[in-house]
Amino acid sequence: QLVFISVPQCPWNTLLIMIFLSLCQTVEHGFPHQPSALGYSPFLRLMAIGTRSGAIKLYGAPGVEFMGLHEENNTVMQIHFIPDQCQLVTLLDDNSLHLWSLKQHGGASELREEHRFTLKGPPGSPPSATQITAVLPHSSREVLYLGTESGNIFVVELPSFRVLEDRTISSEAVLQRVLEDNCNRRSCELVEALREHPKNPDQILIGYSRGLIVLWDLQNNKVTHHFLGSQQLENLYWQRDGSKFISCHYDGSYTRWPVSSDNRQPEPLENTVPYGPFPCKAISKIYWQTTKNGLPYIIFQGGMPRASYGDRHSISVIHGSQQTAFDFTSRVIDFFIIFSSEPAAEFDDPSAMVVLAEEELVVIDLKTAGWPAVHPPYLASLHCSAITCSHHVSNIPLKLWERIISAGSKQNVHYSSMPWPIDGGTNIAPDPPQRDLLLTGHEDGTVRFWDASGVCLHLLYKLSTVRVFLTDADPNDNMNTLGEDEWPPLRKVGTFDPYSDDPRLGIQKIYLCKYSGYLAVAGTAGQVLVMELNDEDAEHVVDHAEADLLQDQEGYRWKGHEKLKTRDGPVRFEAGFQPFVLVQCQPPAVVTSLALHSEWKLVAFGTSHGFGLFDHQQKRLVFVKCTLHPSDQLALEGPLSRVKSLKKSLRQSFRRIRRSRVSSRKRRGGSGNASEVQEANAKFDQDTLQEMELAPVQRKIEARSAEDSFTGFVRTLYFADTFLRDSSRHCPSLWAGTNGGTVYAFCLRVPPAERRMDEPVRAEQAKEIQLMHRAPVVGILVLDGRSTPLPEPLEVAHDLSKSPDMQGSHQLLVVSEEQFKVFTLPKVSSKLKLKLTALEGCRVRKVTVANFGSCKTDDYSENDLAVLTNLGDIQIISLPFLKLQIRYPCIRKEDVSGIASCVFTKYGQGFYLISPSEFERFSLSTKWLVEPRCIVEMPEATTNNHVHSKSAVENAARKS
Amino acid sequence: EFRRFSLERSKPGKFEEFYGLLQHVHKIPNVDVLVGYTDVHGDLLPINNDDNYHKAVSTANPLLRIFIQRKEDADYSAFGTDTMTRKKNVLSNVLRPDNHKKKPHIVISMPQDFRPVSSIIDVDILPETHRRVRLYKYGTDKPLGFYIRDGSSVRVTPHGLEKVPGIFISRLVPGGLAQSTGLLAVNDEVLEVNGIEVSGKSLDQVTDMMIANSRNLIITVRPANQRNNVVRNSRTSGSSGQSTESSLPSSTPNLLGSLLQGEEESDEEDIIIEDSGEPQQIPKAAPTSESIESLSQIELLHESTQNGFLPSSEMNSNHSAGSISMEYDVPDPGRKSLEEDGTIITL
Repeated sequence: QLVFISVPQCPWNTLLIMIFLSLCQTVEHGFPHQPSALGYSPFLRLMAIGTRSGAIKLYGAPGVEFMGLHEENNTVMQIHFIPDQCQLVTLLDDNSLHLWSLKQHGGASELREEHRFTLKGPPGSPPSATQITAVLPHSSREVLYLGTESGNIFVVELPSFRVLEDRTISSEAVLQRVLEDNCNRRSCELVEALREHPKNPDQILIGYSRGLIVLWDLQNNKVTHHFLGSQQLENLYWQRDGSKFISCHYDGSYTRWPVSSDNRQPEPLENTVPYGPFPCKAISKIYWQTTKNGLPYIIFQGGMPRASYGDRHSISVIHGSQQTAFDFTSRVIDFFIIFSSEPAAEFDDPSAMVVLAEEELVVIDLKTAGWPAVHPPYLASLHCSAITCSHHVSNIPLKLWERIISAGSKQNVHYSSMPWPIDGGTNIAPDPPQRDLLLTGHEDGTVRFWDASGVCLHLLYKLSTVRVFLTDADPNDNMNTLGEDEWPPLRKVGTFDPYSDDPRLGIQKIYLCKYSGYLAVAGTAGQVLVMELNDEDAEHVVDHAEADLLQDQEGYRWKGHEKLKTRDGPVRFEAGFQPFVLVQCQPPAVVTSLALHSEWKLVAFGTSHGFGLFDHQQKRLVFVKCTLHPSDQLALEGPLSRVKSLKKSLRQSFRRIRRSRVSSRKRRGGSGNASEVQEANAKFDQDTLQEMELAPVQRKIEARSAEDSFTGFVRTLYFADTFLRDSSRHCPSLWAGTNGGTVYAFCLRVPPAERRMDEPVRAEQAKEIQLMHRAPVVGILVLDGRSTPLPEPLEVAHDLSKSPDMQGSHQLLVVSEEQFKVFTLPKVSSKLKLKLTALEGCRVRKVTVANFGSCKTDDYSENDLAVLTNLGDIQIISLPFLKLQIRYPCIRKEDVSGIASCVFTKYGQGFYLISPSEFERFSLSTKWLVEPRCIVEMPEATTNNHVHSKSAVENAARKS
Repeated sequence: EFRRFSLERSKPGKFEEFYGLLQHVHKIPNVDVLVGYTDVHGDLLPINNDDNYHKAVSTANPLLRIFIQRKEDADYSAFGTDTMTRKKNVLSNVLRPDNHKKKPHIVISMPQDFRPVSSIIDVDILPETHRRVRLYKYGTDKPLGFYIRDGSSVRVTPHGLEKVPGIFISRLVPGGLAQSTGLLAVNDEVLEVNGIEVSGKSLDQVTDMMIANSRNLIITVRPANQRNNVVRNSRTSGSSGQSTESSLPSSTPNLLGSLLQGEEESDEEDIIIEDSGEPQQIPKAAPTSESIESLSQIELLHESTQNGFLPSSEMNSNHSAGSISMEYDVPDPGRKSLEEDGTIITL
């Protein structure tokens, strides 16, 4: 995948490039997009998740992760681990079976596909004859039983997938033994469930979809018992001792059946409709778990009253008098219970319930009173509110790290203290070299702090900016407040909530200073918040200022959203980052750029109208600069196109419906649930897309002009201590780059520390550079006398960087979407340039300075530009000579949101969204690699015991 | 007034000297004049440089008739009678939609007074079916004025005819540069942009490349209408730059690249405004070849004036190109000619 570019006078040769650079996509963080199947091995203590795109992911202890991809990219329908093996079988929606195994290779385990197989019927048979509906891996590990739509059960040998035709359990054979009048041929259509007897491996329970259940003896090939259910069957579950089993049905009922040797056709012990008497939805899966105290856990999915709660995605847990219906915000894909897997144990004693919903993984602690949720160490739902921006900070000082963790732990008190129950495998990856934070901004006005140091992207702390503002939604409105005698006893679980009550709260830009703990956050309605880390709860007034970016420009009317209303008086903030200053831009357009200088205590912000500088020490606006072109009406009216605003209004109306539903929960007969909303949204998107496709695709070729729309859009802001006026004195400066190719430089006068509160900060425009190609300026950088990028604020003060060279002359690097240009300072003359678009047809989307260390030696490293283009390529460009070193294809060019979401780290790694819920992590540096490396070993001792006990049971059974 | 004097045919000297001589014999030392002569066909042709001066002298048979007009009241249209009548209709229709006004004066003078807006280049190295068109966007207010689309074209490959995706011109904006040159037409297939092949590139990529090169755009097309192609080995064609060679490599991007190197540097110079002062071009840090520098300076001044790069305080509503240029104090007398009305001539 490497693309080498021959560059004359290249300072690096290709060997050096190999030492410094290589592109690796290392690990996917977050929650798999569109999960479709779940599997669990109590033996390996590993969980497997399959997706609609054919991916299969295995998770164990934190850091233990495997990923495989089916070549066909078909939906994974079922996942079954082979008992007591490091193997699993997947069933895809093209009816193919795939055997995967975990094998050790080079000191670490790898997931590999071993075999694939498609069941073939006799010639001329309909496809339904071999359409697999149920899979049972037998405990002997030698065969798979495959139930089909036709009612026949085929037996295939493992691992070869050879069909053992003489062992096929045909529906005719079953019917012959069930000599009953009310059984006909159709009773044996479609095998719904196959379950092996927990004590006797020679017996399997076969459930047909029309309600007939038979217990089949594999040794003698006969039906030993049959059970006549009156309702359509959904699923079966054996009680641990094998004396009873339970069946669940389409009408929302479940039935317990006894299995005794004397009665060949037992009657049900119990038939219950838990949420009756009104018609209920199907119970699609059920567990009956025994405990020492005798009270069983009955856990089932679905079964809600059809009319009023038919739209809920619920799993109910009943234990004695306790009953809770866990209510999920997205569809439940599947779930499993973690219980005692020791064969010798007498009771199940369930410890946790693991639920895979469409948008998140929820684990419930069944041992602790109140059944609290367990905080998952991985599979975080990044998209619980849509991600609007991300910001990465490398190498966090320990002190700040600990304070963030401690603030986060105060938020997580409602979680269970249970250790993570899925703990198979061993993580053998080296400890991460440093502490890295990934901050994600969300549509609902929150900022989430993720531990991005290692393989597990783990939520450390969540910050909400909502409290500062007055919004329609009352933040204290708790959806979980339930009346005493509410029935069914629903309890909302999970964090996935894609509905933002006010899109203006959305976070657009984040800047964290890791040395001072200052955080600046800017949002959709022109709000800029400066925050400070406080370890205690506090109540204080947030200072409020307004920045009129249009200044004296008259006659304009902003047609976009209104600014956010602020709360009067003191506001209570929990421990963590607490805002102390709010600047609101006027007009309240989206903040498009943000920079914070923690040493000078200044924050700069820009919108489509201009930019401003705020002194957060004195809480005073230093200056504003309007960059708007007088004829640019579009920028004034607000950036929303007609289509977009239509879509928005549609979404808002659904939001309103939903809100009213929440507030009047007791009202019966709901409509417009979440999935319907999503469907409607999807349909609307599709319609508008089709509409767009009808128009002929043509592109206007026109030179950019100063009159174009959004030329005043401020794309980048940069603080630098450099030589702006003359080469003898350097001074603080603020640089801004616009969409129209203009760079502004302001000379700043920041009073010395002892008079910092007494004298005002002054600013004066010193330079304005207009790039003739007028492409948007996406990056500004000053290089010191050694051609090294200037250090971050406070970096030198903390002894983490050499102080910049102020002797030699500084250079200014301006990166536009089309070109890279180096100018001299203080007198601006052009020194170097690199044209990208004119020669390659690609544009710069993201650019950052990355430090590359050699994988061979520790003491050498080099700064280069890491560039992501609109075609999804990553290019490395040397500094200060602007030579293209190497190009890697990284993201598909059609994946516009992936490219837009990309964030580079300071040490040559990066993240981008591969779906709304997943970050792909990649590494350009050969020195820093974060990838899963783990071992899954067969727990040998247990295996022997298990087999032993099994065979003992077998022997006993034979004797009897 | 008539004057008659003799010149040494074998050593006519320089145009400057000749011009001085004319001023001297007419006793008009400080009056700017236009100099013309009649050639064998009776056309009035200008004498304004060494080349056409030497040409004029060589055509003397034995007498050379020279006409001198005061510059300010010169009748420009008298020059090149035949050529002018042929071209006039096209030009005046295209360039001056309001041609009910007084007949335009087209100045034929020193080369730097001309501003090319388009040209067909590299005719000698391209296959006959291709055309390489250069559009000079700088110095004109006209939009480039065309659209491109995806399409497919048929290529001859070793496996026979094959349909391959291509990029085509889909629309010309009336009054735009592309339309006014008459060199590009709807459904022309775009093969290269500034020497870089477009095959394998998406419509958006090609769009970006064209816009990035918009100040000096060179498009190689396969015209949809092949009848108007340059016919080689014939001197009757009206196109310039034709060549008698007919078999040459089909595409030579390297040649084009080297051709562009010098000019490319000049095609875009950024502007710096220091301390809210006057906008100035950003100079090069390292000195480059002087000839290119001086050439580019002139083009650049046009860029800056025509595109209205002024401090925003001076930006009123509708500057005409001329009024802006008047605000510039051009120190070098050699550049005075920049203050012309910006008439556009297709070379």
